[in-house]
This record gives sequence, structure tokens and C-alpha cells, in this order.
Amino acid sequence: MLQDKDRIFTNLYGIHDPMLKGARARGDWDNTAAILARGRDGIIDEMKASGLRGRGGAGFPTGLKWSFMPKQSDRPCYLVVNADESEPGTCKDRDIIRHDPHKLVEGCLVAGFAMGACAAYIYIRGEFYNESVVLQAAIDEAYAAGLIGKNACGSGYDYDVFLHRGAGAYICGEETALIESLEGKKGMPRLKPPFPAGVGLYGCPSTVNNVESIAVAPTILRRGAAWFTSMGRPNNAGPKVFCISGHVNKPCNVEEELGVPMRELIEKHAGGVRGGWDNLLAVIPGGASVPLLPKATCDDILMDFDTLRAARSGLGTAAVIVMDKSTDLIKAIARLSKFYMHESCGQCTPCREGTGWMWRVMTRMVEGRAEASEIDTLEQVTRQIEGHTICALGDAAAWPIQGLIRHFRPLMEERIAAYKTRVQVRLAAE
Amino acid sequence: MAASNAAPFEQPASFAFDAESEAQIAMIVARYPEGKQASAVIPALYVVQKQMKRTTGSAWVPVKAMDAVGHRLSMAPIRVYEVATFYFMFNMRPVGTYHLQVCTTTPCWLRGSDQITEACRAATGIQGWGETSADGVFTMTEVECIGACVNAPVLQVDDDFYEDMDAEKVNQLLAALRRGERPPVGSMAGRQRAAPEGGPTTLTTLQFAPEA
Amino acid sequence: MPKLTIDGIEVEVANGSTVLQACEAAGIEVPRFCYHDRLSIAGNCRMCLVEIEKTPPKPISSCTYPAAEGMIVHTDTPMVRNGRRGVMEFLLINHPLDCPICDQGGECDLQDQAMGYGMDHSRYEENKRAVKDKNLGPLVKTVMTRCIHCTRCIRFIAEVAGVPDLGATSRGEHMEVGTYVEKALGSELSGNIIDLCPVGALTSKPYAFTARPWELSKVDSIDVFDAVGTNIRIDSRGPEVLRILPRINEDVNEEWLADKGRFALDGLKRRRLDKPWVKEGGKLVAATWAQAFAAIAGKLKALAGDRIGAIAGDLCDAESMTALRDLMVALGSANLDCRQDGARLDGSRRDFYSFNTSIAGIEEADAVLIIGANPRKEAPVLNARIRKTWVNAPIPIGVIGAETDLTYDVTHLGGSPAVLSALHDGSHPFAAVLRNAKKPMIIVGQAALARPDGSAILAAAWRLAAEIGALAADWHGFNVLHTAAARVGAMDLAFLPGAKGKNLDAMMGGGVDVLWLLGADEFDTSRIGANTFVIYQGHHGDAGARRADVILPGAAYTEKHGAYVNTEGRVQHGFRAIDPPGDAREDWRIIRAFSDQIGHKLPYDTIEAVRARMEQINPVFSRVGFLPRFGCTDLSGPAGDPAAISDAPIQPAVANYYQTDPISRSSVTMAACTEAASPTLVAAE
Repeated sequence: MLQDKDRIFTNLYGIHDPMLKGARARGDWDNTAAILARGRDGIIDEMKASGLRGRGGAGFPTGLKWSFMPKQSDRPCYLVVNADESEPGTCKDRDIIRHDPHKLVEGCLVAGFAMGACAAYIYIRGEFYNESVVLQAAIDEAYAAGLIGKNACGSGYDYDVFLHRGAGAYICGEETALIESLEGKKGMPRLKPPFPAGVGLYGCPSTVNNVESIAVAPTILRRGAAWFTSMGRPNNAGPKVFCISGHVNKPCNVEEELGVPMRELIEKHAGGVRGGWDNLLAVIPGGASVPLLPKATCDDILMDFDTLRAARSGLGTAAVIVMDKSTDLIKAIARLSKFYMHESCGQCTPCREGTGWMWRVMTRMVEGRAEASEIDTLEQVTRQIEGHTICALGDAAAWPIQGLIRHFRPLMEERIAAYKTRVQVRLAAE
Repeated sequence: MAASNAAPFEQPASFAFDAESEAQIAMIVARYPEGKQASAVIPALYVVQKQMKRTTGSAWVPVKAMDAVGHRLSMAPIRVYEVATFYFMFNMRPVGTYHLQVCTTTPCWLRGSDQITEACRAATGIQGWGETSADGVFTMTEVECIGACVNAPVLQVDDDFYEDMDAEKVNQLLAALRRGERPPVGSMAGRQRAAPEGGPTTLTTLQFAPEA
Repeated sequence: MPKLTIDGIEVEVANGSTVLQACEAAGIEVPRFCYHDRLSIAGNCRMCLVEIEKTPPKPISSCTYPAAEGMIVHTDTPMVRNGRRGVMEFLLINHPLDCPICDQGGECDLQDQAMGYGMDHSRYEENKRAVKDKNLGPLVKTVMTRCIHCTRCIRFIAEVAGVPDLGATSRGEHMEVGTYVEKALGSELSGNIIDLCPVGALTSKPYAFTARPWELSKVDSIDVFDAVGTNIRIDSRGPEVLRILPRINEDVNEEWLADKGRFALDGLKRRRLDKPWVKEGGKLVAATWAQAFAAIAGKLKALAGDRIGAIAGDLCDAESMTALRDLMVALGSANLDCRQDGARLDGSRRDFYSFNTSIAGIEEADAVLIIGANPRKEAPVLNARIRKTWVNAPIPIGVIGAETDLTYDVTHLGGSPAVLSALHDGSHPFAAVLRNAKKPMIIVGQAALARPDGSAILAAAWRLAAEIGALAADWHGFNVLHTAAARVGAMDLAFLPGAKGKNLDAMMGGGVDVLWLLGADEFDTSRIGANTFVIYQGHHGDAGARRADVILPGAAYTEKHGAYVNTEGRVQHGFRAIDPPGDAREDWRIIRAFSDQIGHKLPYDTIEAVRARMEQINPVFSRVGFLPRFGCTDLSGPAGDPAAISDAPIQPAVANYYQTDPISRSSVTMAACTEAASPTLVAAE
């Protein structure tokens, strides 16, 4: 189990002062100039060595991503921070932003410096209005203290940090949709290639990183890659903020190391499953997009990228949604289908048309008002969306249903049979 | 924001930014590189919505205001309409004094968002989503996950999250709003942010240098 | 130049090509809805899926994927077929089954591709989406439930037309294409979105429920509503022209057609002159051809040639002008003019009155100066080419004349042509811009030429062209933009005052005793002397016919074979789609028949013979369709004293785009467009 001394987000619960003074007391902005003095390559090499995998859901190695930025560019380069946290179940970046904002601002500087960026734009979801006020105050403090802006931290490097609020669109968490939105357009994902590292914000080389990925960077650079890899499991290094929601006794956010057993995570920090572990029905382990896992799998599974992937699910954003045996699982997943329909940008055919189709069928499935053969049709529809869209929202919309069918098909069939019986009884009565 | 089933309404015949809004827009535009002022469209639409709230009591975005934004940012009006209708937080029709936004996505639903919805309905008399109460005080909107899932269920009032809600707390909150009070935001159960109820299981052994 | 293997076929494609383009190069058809080779790539329909080896195991949209060396592409694997079938199914689930009442039926991409990729039944058990129709003005009808959100229309209006009125509002399955504020489209090219729409969401409003495509006879012709020479196809059924569509001609109109050319066709059925008329006792009376001819012959008898004159109108085919010119010469008259607007055109050299850079050549220009022209209103398709050039690389464009939105950024140099002297002496900053350009263009419009100092402006523009290096052996940057389809042909035929001949002004106020108006309606006919005997030959009862003593009913451009020379000097032939109404006849035949009556029988009986005669007058008429580009080696300019320029502001040549000629003035559709656009017109005035 992770020890407090190895936790990065030491003010996760906002018990202490989130602003500059408190942040400095917790070690933030401690000789940042020395980190910058290691040079771009030095920083990127350390990040690569740390094995940090992106904390936004896809788990792409962060240091490697930074290295894609051009070493020389005649155009400005940008760091874009994805604070559009919108994946259902996920609320970790919110707490970083409102309780440890300086970790993010400092991370913006070191990451931006490492990739040769002139500025960072932090794109925060519009609903996080109060959080944006705190973050803006932190940015203002950092400017006033000379930590960013001209000659940031006395390094000779000029660097700006800007905050930009979104306005209610899950799709803007997709990196190219986020860039479009930041440019003042609808948040519709771009076609790739070209990738942002070549053609990103304003057509310039850009890297989009999740808040947590950026916020952990200064600590990694201070304490070293070896320290970071000493936690977690191979290829799944370091600590991570988990969000435990749903049917647990004490829902919470908590920083734990990757590879922590799910059961330990839930029982140690979230007060256990409501009604006890045996009352568990299923868990969505990484935010709404990943397929659910039935209890049997949850009993001993480890919470890291590779283990969960092997179980045909994913770590995603490490948002653990717990559902006990009282849950109407079909309804729980149908609500997610509604979410994806609502959040589909509408740009490409399979997602625009398919998310609505899936939701409508799922709505009937909740009642059982369907034919058993429609479960197969529904499954096929998810396959027709998955992998056929411009961005990953199509996949994200398909996977929860696939997970449901994979693990709980009998439940769906029973529901359909029960509905038929009810109808027959009513007909007979009439 | 998708069309809702609320009553018909009138578009104002004109819109002009007031001095407060102009000052905000100037500050906003300065964040983006030369020639990239279109980036300011979302912030500018917020400015519109706030000005409407300030001047009319209803936070929404009229067509003439979108035209004004387009003019200010050198964007074709249709590009502003596209943006304003794409993002869910812009109200394309008038809303009540308080905008109740009930999160009903699965994490909130698992923790009883249905009861929150019912309590809101009972307290306001609003039946359908997107509708405004007869007295014009409340508009009720169903929103998708607003990102406070470990404090579910959540009721967002305008910009503020009220967390760890239940039906009784909804009644208290709406009653306070009717009285013109604004209860402190955050957990209505008195919980320390997103820490587990009863106190954190971590971060208990750290000592920092004195903060004050 | 990457080499790819597509379904075993090796192809080499240009750098920057996409996989879809490579497939086309290999002769393999790839289904698509959103992709259009003249629009930006959207990649949203997902129909063009292919499989590419050594990429992640999922189908890839070929329209967006860059072709690369050694790529191995498969377009007919189970993965590809399933992918396309899936997309087709998604497109159809919310598409109405209203093909029997859809005007797109028979020429619908969705219908066609559903044959290849659709299923024989629907698995979609839910209610279909219904979308409210939008009002886009008098031209484009919408049935938005049919929309498949390919966004071609939005991209065209924003990118090509440059009048961004269309967008997609809301999101997801609620996304709707429209203007959001229900207004008429502001572009003069709006009709092209009907052609671009792959389904029946956008169809022609005037043509609604009129015909099925397979009922129509299709004839190639040339648009006459401006001087661009847009290549068109006339679709007719029986005696009626039902619709007009553009044909592809990369050098002229690419595949666009301006709205007047597409939609003014209802004007072809109204106010038509379908029988001869002769004035008796101050009133026009219906007559036979013989009576009409006799009336004219009687008037001409014993009249000296110099008391006879002829004016050619703006829609005339070259054949009729040839015949009339020959007749006038035979009658001993040198009183000819084709410049109804009084434009001071110099016919002494062809490059003094042509668009020498050529329309396609605009794309090479790196600076443009527009003098007294509004290409957006006067030649919308040509304007789209300027815009295309500007979009590809934002070249400096200066404008002298009225300030107006041309759909691209311009530097407005002044309302008066007097600024030309500042460009000449280099005191104006834009002079340096033009001088520093490698391929500068100067475009002179009729608004600059049709004024008393028109010759001076023409000469000054030429002089400036010479000074800035626009006149070079390999680049001719001097251009005259015409507004009349007939004008350059008339200039080529020297339908101009001969030796001691009178021009239009001199023929007015009794300058001639007999005046033959060949479709001439665009000048102030009240200036014609009260005692002048007026023959109006043409197809519409418009200004000329109202002043006529004899009316000879002619054929509209859709009803005759005819040669037209566009502003570039490109000779193009249009073919007859339908017969002229009633007693009306092809114009050159009318003149030929009359010439026989008065003993001056013109020496041609067939259109081939007329054309041989045209070639005799000017060999350019032998070069049909093709336009060689010439540089300029003789810098001596047109007649005129550049110093004589007045500082009066230039007035627009076209006040109302939708009503410029007898046909469009007779068109109900064009009247509706005028009405819809009137706020703009009022504001402009």
C-alpha cells in the first residue's frame, strides 16, 4: 500500500491552503529553475524513464508523447492541458485543480519547457466554474511571483499559462475536439493524421495532456524516475488518483499505487461495498467507457492498465463505479448509452446514428420489450460503430454495452422473457 | 443546447455589450494570439449570458447577442450559432432565476438522482426537463455527468455544485434559494470535499511547514 | 510520387494524394457521400472505408488518409464490405422511405449506393427522426429529414461561395443543417448546393415535383446570363426547358453555375414574342412574317445606307450578329454598335477587350487590381476562381470602385479612378504591391469603361499593367471583365461603327431613320428619335419591343444553335434544346430570309455556312472550346489619354444581380430572389 510520503497530491482533500504559500510548504515550486536547467532532453529522458503513462484514459507514455514535439520549429508550439474531465465516474482532476493547482501550473511550465512550448492553454470544463476561479487565482499568483511569464522562475524562459473554459461538451475531452473548441469552433474531432504534434492548436505543434499527467511531472522530476517506478507494477508505474463512486459505503477520491487490488482499494478507502463484498454485482473499473467486470473478476483483479486490459476492460481514468446487487444493471448501462447519444458530436455517421439506435434498443431492453434475437443485433450494432468512427467516442459508446452482453446476457434474456410472460398474462386476463 | 419543450419566447430586437462586458471581452481576447480572436467565442458567450442575467435576470443567449459576438470577433454569425448550440451550457432560451441542473448519469443515478429529480419537481411544480416554473424562479435541466461523482448525487444550481444530496436536502436548498439565500457550495452532508465520509484514510501522517 | 498497390493494381499518384484518389487512379470505385474533390475533406460519412496493410486492424476512411509509398490497400475484403454495409445501414435508419416523392429519385447517391451496400430489410425498429424543414430562400428547397449530414453544402457555401450562411447547429443526432435564423442564402452560387447534395435534402425549389431525370432530353449549351461562358446542360421535356445544370469545364466554370443561369429559366416561358407584330395606327398588330418583312422592306426602300443602323444586344449568338452585320453592309450602312452600355471598348486589338489571363490563369496570379468591376455580381463563377486563388494563398487584391463584399479580403483604393494616377506615379502604397508581384493582374470592368472617361481609364489601366510587369511574353495580366455574353463575340465580328459609321449615341435622337435592334434592351430606348423606325428582333417583350414598329420574334439561347465568345475570348457552341415558340425562328435565319426579300440574299443557308463566314471575318471562330494563352509582346496600348480621367466615383454596372436582361426580368423566380435580397439592395443604394 502506498505510503503518505510517496503521495504526490498531498492536499487532495483540500484540508490545507491550496494557494501559493501552502503549495510551497508542500514542496511545489521548489527550485523549479534547477529542473529547467536539465534541459529539454534531460527532462524528457527522465519522464520516459519514469514510465509515466497518460492519466487521461488512454495510458500513452507521457515522456514519449513529449518527445514527438519538434526540436526546432519556426512556428510557436503549445502545451494544451486537458482539464475537460467529463468521463462519468471521474472527478480527480477537479480536486487537483481546486486543491493542488500549483502542481498543475508548475507542471505546465516544466512540460511546456520540455516540449519547447511558448504557452500552455488549460481547457477546463465549463461546469467547473468554481474550480476555474481557484486555478485562475493560482495562475495569477504564479505570474506575480515570477514563476511563469517572462523569465519564468529566473530561467530565462518566457512562458505563459492561460485558462480557457469549455461549455458543456464531453467530446471536448478528445484531444483534437478540444483543440477545435479552443480555436472557437464546435468540438468536433479532427481527422488524424495529421497529429497534434505536427499540426495542433492554430496549426502549430501541440501536445495535449491530462491534468494529472502534467501535475505529477514536477514531483517525478524532483524525486526521480527510480522513485516513481518503485511504485506500481512493471509498465504500470507510480501512484494514481482513483475515484470510487456508486454503491460503496464511503465514496471518495484517493491516491493509490497502480496495481492495487480492486477489493483492497474499495474496502480500505471507500468503506467497502454497500452490504459487504458479497453484495457486489459488477464494477466499471475505469470510467463509463470501459466494459464492466462481474464480481467474480473483481475479487482479485489488480487496478492497472495491463491487468484490466487483459480482462477485456480498462483502467481508463481509474474511476471505479461500484454496483451492488440492488442495481438494475441494464438500466445502469442504458443510462450510459443515453450519455453517449447526448454527447455524440454528430460529425460522423456511425456515432451520430448508432448512439441513438443503441440507446433506443437499450431502453426497450430495460423493460424487456424486445426479442431475444435483438441482443445479437444490438451487439452487431456496437461492432458496426466500434472502430468505424473518427474518434474514440464511438468505441466508448459501444464498449459498455458489449461488456453488459458479454457478462450479463442471461439477465437480458430473463428480462425479455419476463416481459413476454407479463404480456401473455395480461392478454389472457382480457 | 438541444431544443426543449418549453414555452415559446421572444427574441430581443437588439443587444449591445455593456461597459462591464466590454472590459471582460477585451481581457479575454488578449489571451489568444493575434488573429485568433475566434478562440474567445465561448468565453464571450459566457459574457453574454452573464450580462443577460445581470440586466434581465435570465441567463441566456439571444440571437442578436450571438451576432454581436460574431461582429466583435470577426466571425460569421452562423459560426457563432453553431458554437452556441453545440455546447450544452448556453441557454438558447430564457431560464428562471435559478437554473437547477440535475445530474442523472449513472454514478449519480446509482446514488439516488431519481429522488433528487422528484424532489425538485415536487418543490418547483416543473414537470418536464427544460421547463421553467410558473413563477419563473426555477428552470430544471437534466445534465450529463458533471464530474463530482464521488459526491453523488449532485444538483448544480447555476455555477454551483451541491453535493451528497437527498430529497430532504433538496427541499432545504430550494427553500433557501427562494428566500434569496445561497447556501455554501459543496457537500450538503458536511463532508470534507472528496475525502471518505468520517475522515481521510490517507494523508494523515504528513506534516507541512506552517502555512500561515 | 508514391507508388501504391490497390487490390493488386499498382498505381503512382501525385504527392499529397489521398488513398481514395489513388483508388480512383487505379480505376477502383470507392463509395462516398461527404467527399467531393472541390471541397475540403470532411471524412464524416465513413462510407469510403478501405483496409490498409500494416495499420491497426480496423477499416480506414480512404478520403482522409494520405497515400504513401509502398502502401498496400484492399477495397474488397470482408472488413471493408462489412464496414461499408454498416455505415449504409446507419445512414438509412433515419432516412425516410420517401423515394417515390423525392425529387432526387433517379439521381440519388444514397439510392445508388444502397443498391451496392444496403440490406434488403431494416433492422431498425424505432421511430425515425423527423427534422423541420428550413427556409433557404426562393431557390433551394429543403426536406431536412433526408439530410445525411455530409456537410457538402456547408463547405461549399463557406469555402467556394465565401458567403458563410450555412452551418450545422446543435449536435449529435439533433444536429441540423441550416442558417439557424431562417434566411435566404446570400450567395449568387447557392444553387450549386443542390447538385452537391447527395440526397434529396436540398433540391431545386422552382423545379419541385416537375419531372424525373429519365424523362428529360439533355442538350449541351452555354450560359448567357453573364460573360463567363459557363458550360451548361439544358434538360427539357417536350416544348419546355425544365432545368439547367452546369457541365464540368475545368478552364471555365469547373463545375459551378451561377444562380441566374440556373434559375432564370422560367423567364423563358413568359413575355415571349411568338409572332411578328407590325405597328399600324400607333398600335402593334399581330402579323405574318410576310407582312412584317414587307413593312420593313417598305421602310428601307429608297433609304440611304447611312440612315440605317443596328444595335446588337447582350444575349446574341454570334451567328445572328454575323447575319445582321452582313445585311447592314449590304445595305450600305456602317452604323453598327454592340456597346449598349456605352463602354469605351477598343476593338483594334483583341487583347484590349478580353480577359487575357484566362479564368484558369487567375490561379497563377499573385496580386490583383480590380477597376470598376464587381465580379461577384457580374461573373459569380469567375469570382469564385478569384476567391479560390485567394483562399489557397491570400494574395493582395486592390479594388477601385464601390466598396462591397467580394467574398475575399480586398484593399479598397478609392471610389474614383483618379487613384490610377497615384498608382502610376508610385505614390500609392498599393503600387509597390503590384510592382513586387510576379504575375499581377488588372481587371477592368464595364462600370469603369461605360462612362465618358472610359477610354482614359482603359488606357491608364493598360499603362499601369505595362509598368507593373503585367504585360510579359509569358504572362498577360490585362483583363477586361465583360458582363454581356454577346459582347466579345460582337467585338470579334467588329459589330462596331465602320468607317464614318455612327455609334449608339449618334444613332439616337434621329441619327438614323431605321434602327434594327437585335435583342437590344439594355439602353434607354427613349433616346431613340421619335421618327426613327425601330425593328426589334428578339425573344422577349421588353424595352426594345415596347419601342418597336416591327417585331420579329426570335429564339432564346435555349432554342437555337449558337456560338458565344466569353470574356476570355473563348468561342463555345451551344445547341438547341427545344424549338422556339409559335412563329418565332432562329435569328440568323430570320435575317437571312429577310435579306432575300430585299434582294440582298446573304450567302448562307446552313449554320455551317454561317460559321464559315464568321471564320472569314475573324479566324478566332474556328477555334471552338480551346483557348490558347498568349503573353503580351506589343506594349502599345489602346486609344485614350490617361490624363483625362475624371474623379467621379465609379457606379456599379449591375444594380440587381437577379434582373439584368429580358429573360431574368421575366422570371418569377428571379423576382422572388430580388424580393428576398431587397434589404441588401436597399442598404447598398
